[in-house]
Amino acid sequence: MAEDPGAAPPPHGCPGTSSAQAGRAAACQGCPNQGLCAAGGPAASDPAIEEIKEKMKIVKHKILVLSGKGGVGKSTFSAHLAHGLAKDETKQIALLDIDICGPSIPKIMGIEGEQVHQSGSGWSPVYVEENLCVMSVGFLLSGPDDAVIWRGPKKNGMIKQFLRDVDWGEIDYLIVDTPPGTSDEHLSIVQYLSSSHIDGAVIITTPQEISLQDVRKEINFCHKVKLPIIGVVENMSGFVCPKCKIESQIFPPTTGGAEKMCQNLNISLLGKVPLDPQIGIQEYCGLHHSQEKLSNQGME
Amino acid sequence: MKIVKHKILVLSGKGGVGKSTFSAHLAHGLAKDETKQIALLDIDICGPSIPKIMGIEGEQVHQSGSGWSPVYVEENLCVMSVGFLLSGPDDAVIWRGPKKNGMIKQFLRDVDWGEIDYLIVDTPPGTSDEHLSIVQYLSSSHIDGAVIITTPQEISLQDVRKEINFCHKVKLPIIGVVENMSGFVCPKCKIESQIFPPTTGGAEKMCQNLNISLLGKVPLDPQIGKLGQFFFSEIPESPATSSYRNIIQRIQEYCGLHHSQEKLSNQGME
Repeated sequence: MAEDPGAAPPPHGCPGTSSAQAGRAAACQGCPNQGLCAAGGPAASDPAIEEIKEKMKIVKHKILVLSGKGGVGKSTFSAHLAHGLAKDETKQIALLDIDICGPSIPKIMGIEGEQVHQSGSGWSPVYVEENLCVMSVGFLLSGPDDAVIWRGPKKNGMIKQFLRDVDWGEIDYLIVDTPPGTSDEHLSIVQYLSSSHIDGAVIITTPQEISLQDVRKEINFCHKVKLPIIGVVENMSGFVCPKCKIESQIFPPTTGGAEKMCQNLNISLLGKVPLDPQIGIQEYCGLHHSQEKLSNQGME
Repeated sequence: MKIVKHKILVLSGKGGVGKSTFSAHLAHGLAKDETKQIALLDIDICGPSIPKIMGIEGEQVHQSGSGWSPVYVEENLCVMSVGFLLSGPDDAVIWRGPKKNGMIKQFLRDVDWGEIDYLIVDTPPGTSDEHLSIVQYLSSSHIDGAVIITTPQEISLQDVRKEINFCHKVKLPIIGVVENMSGFVCPKCKIESQIFPPTTGGAEKMCQNLNISLLGKVPLDPQIGKLGQFFFSEIPESPATSSYRNIIQRIQEYCGLHHSQEKLSNQGME
């Protein structure tokens, strides 16, 4: 990124603003940006990272669901992915919602109002099915309309607790649903899981360029933090009118949609999901009632 | 901020509901009055959409003695966004909260806005650093209020209620709510479909329950995505265009009414 035009020039020996030593190196003393750099991120020596590594030893696969853009269907996809994987009853699936400001997973999964209990072995996640459990800040609110008005450091603390203090048990797949963007939550989840292995990221988009623009930034983020990309899913890919059956492109792929972007960036396009109002209705009713819809949409 | 008459924040708890699209149309709508100076500030640091929607991607910000110069779309409409500071449009801004706050502070303090009638602030989804910072930095100058954007389905309304909760907590007045993507009319058979079904009564019900003004509903029109800021002028006959116009008029009336009230009370204090 280009240097801020208003920022002071970096001092000699500047470790770089995104370095772990940012704000802390000897060269940073006296630099006007020192406070800003030092305020970023958990210290490289955060003991929680080792504790989380131990905890994550019993988690076989970790998948992050990301998008630069909001409202493209990350949470919807995460929920469907979790349910799809849980169809194999021999597998244990966990869905972690780290969208602290807008936690959608409890509603989509039909488990709003559920409580998290604490025991000697940690916080118990909420079980949707015997082999599918969920954790979200949504379960910790007094009411569903309560706003979580937290700055970055407090959100990071919550994510740390989710990883370290939840009694997940032995898990085959941990799916992490994220908020839009490339900020605290994204840096934290990658940093906290850095010493245990993340299989990769599934990136969600919609066809129009205003989404793809943000999604390319997210892909850029993945490259920078060395997070493998499993592939891209294009949601809201066309709408078939229930009356006349003509397909309309509600969100027109003026620059070739996800398909073109994936070709250009040499990334796998996992699939396209058309717009279906039933998805919204089923979400309202709670996803665990909609197994039939899942198989119709070929998520298995 | 003393030379900025009206400040409007465009908020939503939920992402992807059309905040930036609405902010751009609001800015253009207000700028049709050539006697007014309009400024559009994009504080979505991670996903700055305003340059693309306004058709000014790739423009540069210049520095002078009086500060950073915003990018002028028209003589009376200028824009500032972190998008103008990137080397390329795909560059990710991977910043934690404090650094984002610093950028917002610079936008407010160091940009040479000039005398402005309306400052519109486009925000990212959520109730976090950017939202707290913009309210705090503008706290000593007056914010007219917030326009809150939603779509009809409950999964959006849930986050929007949190945003309304945020506004109450920080004592930010709410001008009203706009419901985007409110139905789609098939271009072939003209039957309307609810792509995002208002299973809990949509924004209308929510506004009734919370005693907040519903400024209007904007239907889905694929041309909005294609044309961006040119939608108004290119597709004047679209139902979405007339919805936008009505909503903008209501916002102007709100700001005008508030300005009169403030003048009156200031006079009363003299």
